[in-house]
Amino acid sequence: MEERPGDDRPQLPQPSLWPVGFAVGIVCLLVGLVVSWLVAAVGAVLALVFGFLWAREVTGGRQPAGGTAPDEPVPSAPAAAEPESGERFPRSRFLEGATLGLGAVIGAVVTLPAAGFALLPGFLKQKAHKVDLGPISDFEENKWKIVTFARDPTHADISRRTAFVRNNGLLNGVPSFTIISNRCAHVGCPVQPGGPVFQKEEKTIKTANGDVLMTPVLPAAGFICPCHGGSYDQEGNRIAGPPVRGLDRYEFDIVNGRLILGDLYSVVKVEGSGKTAKIEKVELHGPGQHADGPESWLYPLQPPH
Amino acid sequence: MAAKKTERRDKLVGAATYPLDWLEERSGLVGGIRYFLFRKVPGDSSWWHTLGSATLTAFLVQLVTGVILAMYYKPSPSEAHSSVEHITHDLWGGWLVRGMHRWGASVFIILMFMHMGRVFLFGAYKYPRELNWIVGVLILATGLFEGLTGYLLPFDQTAYWATVVAVNINGTAPFVGPYLATILRGGAEIGPDTLARFYSIHMLLVPGALLGLIGFHLYLIVRLGVTSPPWSKEAAGREPEEEPPARSGLVQPGPRAAGVRRRPTE
Repeated sequence: MEERPGDDRPQLPQPSLWPVGFAVGIVCLLVGLVVSWLVAAVGAVLALVFGFLWAREVTGGRQPAGGTAPDEPVPSAPAAAEPESGERFPRSRFLEGATLGLGAVIGAVVTLPAAGFALLPGFLKQKAHKVDLGPISDFEENKWKIVTFARDPTHADISRRTAFVRNNGLLNGVPSFTIISNRCAHVGCPVQPGGPVFQKEEKTIKTANGDVLMTPVLPAAGFICPCHGGSYDQEGNRIAGPPVRGLDRYEFDIVNGRLILGDLYSVVKVEGSGKTAKIEKVELHGPGQHADGPESWLYPLQPPH
Repeated sequence: MAAKKTERRDKLVGAATYPLDWLEERSGLVGGIRYFLFRKVPGDSSWWHTLGSATLTAFLVQLVTGVILAMYYKPSPSEAHSSVEHITHDLWGGWLVRGMHRWGASVFIILMFMHMGRVFLFGAYKYPRELNWIVGVLILATGLFEGLTGYLLPFDQTAYWATVVAVNINGTAPFVGPYLATILRGGAEIGPDTLARFYSIHMLLVPGALLGLIGFHLYLIVRLGVTSPPWSKEAAGREPEEEPPARSGLVQPGPRAAGVRRRPTE
């Protein structure tokens, strides 16, 4: 059994150092995104230069690498060399193009609406639902309550959400509330209050949004996530663990003496506490997405929440 | 007397194989299946080489049990969990079929990794089989995605929170993350559409992709052949290749299958 040379041997490219430089550039770029602009710029330049050199070598390296045997049979003439025909744009090529083009149009007409239907509804009409949490007289001043409610009553249990609500008393004659979402800013587990929950004083009130369950609580140690141990203080600032920012908060409104829950927003930092707290608000971010610092550049655009 | 007997036997055999011949003449299917099943494999292939077929078997079990489970499962938030309970506790054999699907999922994933390890350690990913490694990695990814989407379907607390966490982890991918999470959920938050969407992805979209990928994977195996193990003397050329003994019995290798025995270079 005789093997023909170059028949089933891999046609390996020449050894090259350019990919290593390219990889180093990419690493510099990624590290630089977090650390400093300078490193990122150097990395980008490195990656571009080495990537270009690499690409040039790969595309240019097809020519004799010294390995092809001269006595090898000349490959048959490329199929592209068509027999000369008098026409510059023959009928066959027109038909070929027309078939492919029409096929592409038909394919697009069928595929695009289907793909749009699959992907777009999730981004449209994502308006928050106002939730009625009952009369504000139910919330004693400077006491916390765990409030569980349906964000959208038509969705029943699956839209059930929990918030920690504290009545801060009056600020300039207007009631002030702190309403913290229980969604952990790490990967979205429900955080738990660090302190006693007074189950016996639990009560359910009926509102336009169905049942709202209220349980008094004393989260003396702030809020703690059971999944991976993220912990927050009473204002929702991150103290320890893997979360990338503080707990989200709900906007609220007082209408006819009732507490109405609005949209969620994310919080970078809360200074102070209670009604005089200074809240650094940002657009609602998903759990695990940084809202400040260089890492937040990785999430420049948020879909509608 | 004896001649008469053989004549009768020939007639019977002819009548029995007539449908097969009819099929073969019109489709070439019989020859094709023979070609697929009676390929030449290295003489020193071992049990390690069976991990791929084991994975395929696990996948087929998932396919069959999944189709049957879909007859009873109801993908709506209010009914999903109760329909799973119904399958497990009320319906005849439901516990078994659901158990096969549930545990078979883990078996499928574990076998994929073992098969991958075998291919890696045997160096079977090398030229000219790199593409098959790449296709295999795609099968692994789609298989894991099956695991992710299937995990939500029982719709209990574990399922719900595991999906919350998984979707949020996807949401932390740079730039596209928030959009990816919204697409997965079918909205800004997990809702009724999420379950139906995961169900559709789990039983239609991804299995379709998997079937295509597995078909291509098998095509490449048939085209390129099975790799010898690294300790193979035969492949190292130290021992001359023996002609395989002529097969006898019910399944005679057909002319096409016999043709494959010889390498084109010989």
